[in-house]
Amino acid sequence: MRAAVVVFPGSNCDRDLAVAFRAAGAEVEMVWHKDSALPEGIDMVGIPGGFSYGDYLRCGAIAAQSPICGAVRAHAERGGYVLGVCNGFQVLTETGLLPGALLRNAGLKYICKTVGLKVETSQSDFTSAYNAGDVIDIPIAHHDGNYFADADTIARLQDEDRVAFTYTDNPNGAQADIAGILSPNRRVLGMMPHPERAADAGHGGTDGVALFRALAGALATA
Amino acid sequence: MKARVHVMLKNGVLDPQGEAVRHALGALGFDGVNGVRQGKVIELDLAEGTTEADVTAMCEKLLANTVIESYAVELT
Repeated sequence: MRAAVVVFPGSNCDRDLAVAFRAAGAEVEMVWHKDSALPEGIDMVGIPGGFSYGDYLRCGAIAAQSPICGAVRAHAERGGYVLGVCNGFQVLTETGLLPGALLRNAGLKYICKTVGLKVETSQSDFTSAYNAGDVIDIPIAHHDGNYFADADTIARLQDEDRVAFTYTDNPNGAQADIAGILSPNRRVLGMMPHPERAADAGHGGTDGVALFRALAGALATA
Repeated sequence: MKARVHVMLKNGVLDPQGEAVRHALGALGFDGVNGVRQGKVIELDLAEGTTEADVTAMCEKLLANTVIESYAVELT
C-alpha cells in the first residue's frame, strides 16, 4: 500500500497517522495542502485530525477548498481510498465526499477520552478484520463530533450498510450514535474516533491496529 | 459596495450554544426567553460590479454549509 497523508496548517495527528500506516507495512508520503496533485501511484489518502486552518469559519471548511483537496476528490472519484479521521472526517463532509455534517457536541464540551465503538459492518476494506458487532476501544478528542444528517440520509446510510461504527455510549449527541460512515463505493471512510491513537501498546490500546492491517492487506497488490 | 451575509443553523438542527445562552439569560432573571438561536454575520467588502449572484455563489461554495445552515444576503 502506498499512502499519502495530507498536512494542513493546524493538522496535529498527521505524523501519528503516518506511523500507523507504516506500522501496517505502508509506504507513506506526506503531502502539503498547497500541493495540487498527489504523488504517482497512491492507493490511500489519509486526512488527519487536528485543527486545519484553525477551524476558522467551520471545522474543515477551508481545508475542503484547498488545492490538495481537489486532488483528493479526483482520487476518490477514480475509486481511490480515503481515510478521514476526526478533523479529516469534517473535511470529507465539507468536500461532499461523505454526506452530513459534524455539529458542536451536544454537551458543548471538548471531549477527550477512550470510548466504546461498535463495529456495524465488516463489509469494507477498513473494517474487514473486525466482526460486525465487535466492540472496540478507541479514543475520541473533539469539540465538533455530533454527526448530523437529515432523516432520509440517515435511513439511506443504514439501509446501504454504510454506518461503519457507532458509539456504545453516545458522547456527543450524534444522530443514530454514528461515529463513522462509508461512501457508496465503501472506499472512503470518515470517523471521529482516532484509530491511530490505539495502534501501539504504548498508546494503552491496540484496537485500531486491525483497521490499518486490513487496509494494508487489501491494498497489498493494488 | 458591501454585503452582509447572515448564516444560521437551519430550523430543526439543534443549536446547543443557543440553548446554553437561553439558560444563562434565564439564570440572569430574564424571563420569557423562549428560544435562542446563534448564528454568524460575515461582512464582505466587494469590488464595484460584484453581483448578488456572486455573493450567493460564495455562500453556496464556502460561507455556509447548506447541509446544516441557511443564509441570507443583504447588499448595502
